[in-house]
Amino acid sequence: MPVPKTLGIETEYGIVHRGVADPNPISASSLLINAYLSRRAEPGAGLGAPRVGWDFIDESPAVDARGISAIGAMAPEIETHLVNAVLTNGARYYVDHAHPELSTPECADALSIVLQDRAAERIVVESMEAANAVLPVGQELVVYKNNSDGKGNSYGCHENYLMDRATPFGRIVQHATTHFVTRQIFTGAGKLGCEMPFRDRTQVGFQLTQRADFFEEEVGLETTLKRPIINTRDEPHADPVSYRRLHVIVGDANLCEVATFLKVGTTALVLAMVEEDLIDQRLAVVDPVRSLQAVSWDLSLSTPLDLADGRQATAVEVQWELLAAAQNYLETRGAALVGGPVAFEVIRRWERVLEGLESDPESLDGQVDWITKRRMIEGFRERHGLDPSDVKLAALDLQYHDLRPHRSLFARLGAETLVTPEEVQRATSVAPKDTRAYFRGQCLARWPEKIVAANWDSMVFEADGKQLRRIPMMEPCRGTEKHVGTLLDTCETVEDLFDRLSAGE
Amino acid sequence: MAEQGRGEQNQRESESASNDGISEPNETFPATGATDRGDGLKNELDDLLDEIDEVLETNAEEFVKSYIQKGGE
Repeated sequence: MPVPKTLGIETEYGIVHRGVADPNPISASSLLINAYLSRRAEPGAGLGAPRVGWDFIDESPAVDARGISAIGAMAPEIETHLVNAVLTNGARYYVDHAHPELSTPECADALSIVLQDRAAERIVVESMEAANAVLPVGQELVVYKNNSDGKGNSYGCHENYLMDRATPFGRIVQHATTHFVTRQIFTGAGKLGCEMPFRDRTQVGFQLTQRADFFEEEVGLETTLKRPIINTRDEPHADPVSYRRLHVIVGDANLCEVATFLKVGTTALVLAMVEEDLIDQRLAVVDPVRSLQAVSWDLSLSTPLDLADGRQATAVEVQWELLAAAQNYLETRGAALVGGPVAFEVIRRWERVLEGLESDPESLDGQVDWITKRRMIEGFRERHGLDPSDVKLAALDLQYHDLRPHRSLFARLGAETLVTPEEVQRATSVAPKDTRAYFRGQCLARWPEKIVAANWDSMVFEADGKQLRRIPMMEPCRGTEKHVGTLLDTCETVEDLFDRLSAGE
Repeated sequence: MAEQGRGEQNQRESESASNDGISEPNETFPATGATDRGDGLKNELDDLLDEIDEVLETNAEEFVKSYIQKGGE
């Protein structure tokens, strides 16, 4: 049965520790997050970051959605000893290998994702301020929201979509791949140069995406080696009989809010159509890995892609077909499972971005990152008469993603916004109301000292003295304000909550 | 359909940046008759580049060289 497209984004940020001879990104990431947690724990600091640990009981990143265990596949490992916090907005803020990472709370629509993605940036900015206040003079932590260091190292911005477990995985692979290859024309964050192994960096001048160079397989479990377009990690963080979580690793981190909105909104619609088998079987890209790179490397957007039925179509043309299918989906099925009224705004903007890409890409300045960044770089190059290989341009590329408010180039480009600064500030500590993140966030805000650990699908409380009790949250769409708001409002203590839950509420 | 060669790199090397607000036809992103908007964008870009000059990392070479990110995902 089709399920609501509950969504989330996990962003790994680039981090630099300046002013030290031998910087260590792991300790820098820990310092960044701990400084934030300490600041938010100060008296009067308000909600945000109670000292509650992450509970790893349900983490199984090595389980494969195809039901097999590929020989030689590198199972990702979880480092449990590093900083791991859960915030009152329902997010998880932690050190992942050598990067600070923030996973948004579960969101019910693409606009909610934009708000939480911006809130994540705001949290990182506050973290930098807190860390730099305690670092010796001359030292500084700087965080970047990008996906590549320009030297062949990449880190991810992963998206998550709740899906019906009964949908055949092969069908997801076919249609999601087609979307991932072609959506790059509006999701790409832009990059100077090529980072494909064994290729010359100058082979590509400027390309649409940060990530395309790093993908070598169509389907697989890995996220760091031989990256696949479709990642098969099968870790639903929900009732595994009903749900699958599609873990999407192929996208870029976006600075433009419109790009984030479209990246997540269009993908939710495509996956909803996959569940109901509404996409034409013939709309499939024959050679996805090569096509992924071909689309990313072609600023003219004119590369013909070979499709399964023998046709050729550009990425824009494939996107028009997916849009038409999505319009038909909304007309016949309604928007209940794809974000309600927000889905119609996704459709409107999807149409507008495709029109813009066809007729006047520069009109999408401030909406699409690669266009916004490229216009800035080209303008700078012309003004100063620089060679395309000038290192100053590579510096501009990086600094576009700098999250320090006074250094961020993106922040000066006047991009279109979908959420206000006040809404973003609030979202750093207040969870969305329309997913189980509401229950998690409310409990953390109300009874932080009573919560021993939390994770996506459960919370462990200390009630009645020393007794530990776990509340499972296996349904991502339950635990909303509508569902438990009154219950929580009428419980003074954790013990009250357990009494009421035991009574069947 | 996208036009061939619209986004080709390095085509505009001969087109110098002008501050007079009169924009030449832009080969990278051909204008579609929206001259007023084009002029506005050009002025806006000039303002923007003025601002950017002020906040750029001072040592671009060292900055780019030292930006190394290993491990992740």
